[in-house]
Amino acid sequence: MGNEESVFFSRVLTETTLSFHILYATIGVGVPLMIMIAQWVGIRKNDEHYILLARRWARGFVITVAVGVVTGTAIGLQLSLLWPNFMELAGNVIALPLFMETFAFFFEAIFLGIYLYTWDRFENQKKHLLLLIPVALGAAFSAVFITIVNAFMNAPRGFDIVNGELVNISPLLAMFNPAMPTKVAHVVVTAFMTAAFVLAAIAAFRLLRGSDHVYHKKALLLTMKVGFIFSIGAAIIGDFSGKYLAEYQPEKLAAAEWHFETTDKAELILMGVLTEDNEVKYALKIPYGLSVLAANNPFAEVVGLDQFPEDEVPPLYIHYLFNFMVFIGMWMSLLSAVFLLGQWRKWKFITTKWFRWLIVLGGPLSLLAIEFGWWFAEVGRQPWILRDIMKVSEAATTSGQVDIMLILFCLLYLVLGVGSVVVLRRMFRRNPVEKELEDRHAMKGSDIR
Amino acid sequence: MNLEILGITVLWTFLFGYIMVGAIDFGAGFFNAYSTVTGKQRVLTKVIQRYLSPVWEITNVFLVFFFVGIIGFFPKTAFYYGTTLLVPVSFGVILLAIRGSYYAFETYGSRGHKGYSFMYGLAGILIPASLSIVLTISEGGFIELVDGNPVLDYWKLFTSPLTWAIVVLSISATLYISAVFLTWYANKARDTEAAGLLRRYALTWSLPTMIAAAGIIVELRKHQPEHYSNIQNFWPMFLISFLLFVGTVVLLYTKRQYGWAFAMLAGQFAFAFYGYGASHYPYLLYPYLTIYDSFTNPAMAISLVVVFILGLCLLIPSLILVMRLFLFDKDYVRGKGDYHA
Ligand code: HDD
Ligand code: HEM
Ligand code: HEM
Repeated sequence: MGNEESVFFSRVLTETTLSFHILYATIGVGVPLMIMIAQWVGIRKNDEHYILLARRWARGFVITVAVGVVTGTAIGLQLSLLWPNFMELAGNVIALPLFMETFAFFFEAIFLGIYLYTWDRFENQKKHLLLLIPVALGAAFSAVFITIVNAFMNAPRGFDIVNGELVNISPLLAMFNPAMPTKVAHVVVTAFMTAAFVLAAIAAFRLLRGSDHVYHKKALLLTMKVGFIFSIGAAIIGDFSGKYLAEYQPEKLAAAEWHFETTDKAELILMGVLTEDNEVKYALKIPYGLSVLAANNPFAEVVGLDQFPEDEVPPLYIHYLFNFMVFIGMWMSLLSAVFLLGQWRKWKFITTKWFRWLIVLGGPLSLLAIEFGWWFAEVGRQPWILRDIMKVSEAATTSGQVDIMLILFCLLYLVLGVGSVVVLRRMFRRNPVEKELEDRHAMKGSDIR
Repeated sequence: MNLEILGITVLWTFLFGYIMVGAIDFGAGFFNAYSTVTGKQRVLTKVIQRYLSPVWEITNVFLVFFFVGIIGFFPKTAFYYGTTLLVPVSFGVILLAIRGSYYAFETYGSRGHKGYSFMYGLAGILIPASLSIVLTISEGGFIELVDGNPVLDYWKLFTSPLTWAIVVLSISATLYISAVFLTWYANKARDTEAAGLLRRYALTWSLPTMIAAAGIIVELRKHQPEHYSNIQNFWPMFLISFLLFVGTVVLLYTKRQYGWAFAMLAGQFAFAFYGYGASHYPYLLYPYLTIYDSFTNPAMAISLVVVFILGLCLLIPSLILVMRLFLFDKDYVRGKGDYHA
């Protein structure tokens, strides 16, 4: 296998592992917050349903954490195995947040173990809830730190290269690079949003499948509320991300918007197709839209792809990835807003089958938005692994066995993906809410069913 | 002490931590699977799951800490080890993934599922074998530079007796460490039947562990004379290690003081492990890489050390809390009350 091929297969393997890990990781970041909210509401309202909700989410969460942890370990090692040249440089400049991340993992792992095994062990429920705070913090900070590393790849700072040597290294400058604020905020907020909508989808699904228990209705209302708030947050911070791109990575924004010539009053292009000679067809064009996204000013000038050498322009298909992400974000805000309004105004149609199916669909859609977002961000950085400093092709391993490893890892993810879904379904089917409420009723004499 | 030595000592300590908690973990999984096959599951499973369930994720973080830390303190290792270890480490990762996820599937999802227990038991015991290859490679002689790029010679690696001695040691040590620990744990749980069985396992695996360890030193003499002669400078450490080994076996044999038996075992492995590490100094990879020429820049090194100290302030109290709740809490260990979510 020649070097070209090992670059290609390294890319595919990295893409596969990250695309798989990110699903579980996103759930891992978001769900602890949801458990916390449910348990808190339960304690405050003294409502056994919310407590049980927290408890059942926690049980399912362990399975997704397990897959998150093992795939995270895989990507962590693969970074060195597949991109040794990059990691050598990165180790010198951006190792700090990676190292901090391991402490976040430690913290999360320790308290998750304690939290899971101390249900009902304390007289005071609040004490148990306190144990969840480090779990949620640890998970969120894992995301923060790893996203800082990714931000560094997009906007490398904190070092100079003089005659091929790294000098003037400042780990803190590298961490607080220009890409960091928007990127970190957007990743964390979208993780919360996605977790909420995934849990909402489950509640809606149970309601569709015959169970009309108030437990599921409470779950649905709670998750849709949280989801709505964070979907608005995602859109607002997404808008800031656009402004960041316009200033620091204009080629990514231009490629995402098929903006070929630098102009003012730039229009925002939605969907459409590109002809052979880069003409945009069948697209919906919003006048001034791109200028607003880039600079909050309809007359602002937006840099186009004409400013970049051809071999530094990212693949143009990221246009669709960007569009889909934004569509899903808008759609989920709308859907949850309608649901909440309907709940308030007692609209009948929000309890109909088709509306609930839309909510069920929202779960997978949000996960898809996460994938689209990352593909957009990562492919949009091409051909760079470290923007303007190191190309992907220079960073890859020279090892000749990447293709076989790719096959093995694909098999692994298949086994893990199928396994986790099977186990989760079996877990909750064997022990439906109604039964568990009965059991608790019998055991503690609580009067809630 | 300079920053280089401080860095490698910290990393070596976490690696030691991983080897100990990992061995307990992987060995326990293996005994659990083995007892399923031999119909002794009733005896062992309870004790094993009591201990394992709350801590398995913590075990994994020790490993993550090590490999992230080594890239941070010694970035050049990414180039040498990263390029050459693709295949062995990928196998290790796949085994880790199977082991971790199926452990969780069985414990939290389908308790008692035999297929799952079998899978994680088997995967677990192969992990030490596949990861220990890295130690073998660090002895040098298996990596050549071709056009400036390091290349691993698989044929040489897999036909070397050193490789196999280390593989055997890793497996038997895993089972030995795990059995001694679990004997103590079962005894604390007042589960005499399980303690008796585990004690037998511990005695069974004690001798193979010692023979394999001695075999490695003999093999090293041929393979890497420089390292071999260095080891001799550290003979007192290996002697203490051996005496502690004898102590453990005597206590186990006479059925006394299982807690001390485990403490001595930890001491035995600590002395051997640090003795081995110290005699490896200054090489990270014979003869290409030392801790000095691969070390990171001072700015990064200092910030890593600061973060490490701050991190410890968080970590140590939390670890103490876990141990108080699950390792030293009599009610928990004896299985009074099930507080699982
Ligand atoms: C549920 C997921 C989700 C949703 C609904 C949105 N995003 Fe997003 N977006 C992500 C999930 C995501 C992400 C996965 O978190 C990314 C990938 C890399 C990153 O930093 O965040 C991302 C990246 C990302 C970037 C690139 C940042 C960069 O490369 O530095 C921009 C410009 C936006 N988003 C903008 C938006 C806008 C204007 C949205 C309007 C609704 C939006 N996103 C919704
Ligand atoms: C620490 C740092 C990271 C490194 C070294 C890294 C490296 C890479 C590389 C080399 C590629 C292949 C690019 C290509 O040719 O397409 C890639 C793609 C990708 N990365 Fe990153 N990345 C990092 C951080 C992240 C993070 C934190 C995520 C979020 C989960 C992520 C998500 C992705 C995705 C989804 C792709 C696939 C893009 C595609 O389809 O091409 N990356 N990454
Ligand atoms: C290059 C990209 C990434 C690397 C190298 C990486 C590395 C890792 C590692 C090594 C673990 C296992 C830790 C353990 O043993 O507990 C892990 C788990 C985790 N990762 Fe990733 N990660 C990456 C991307 C991400 C992203 C983008 C997020 C968040 C959005 C994330 C969030 C998490 C979380 C929360 C966990 C803990 C497991 C869980 O709760 O599900 N990771 N990651």
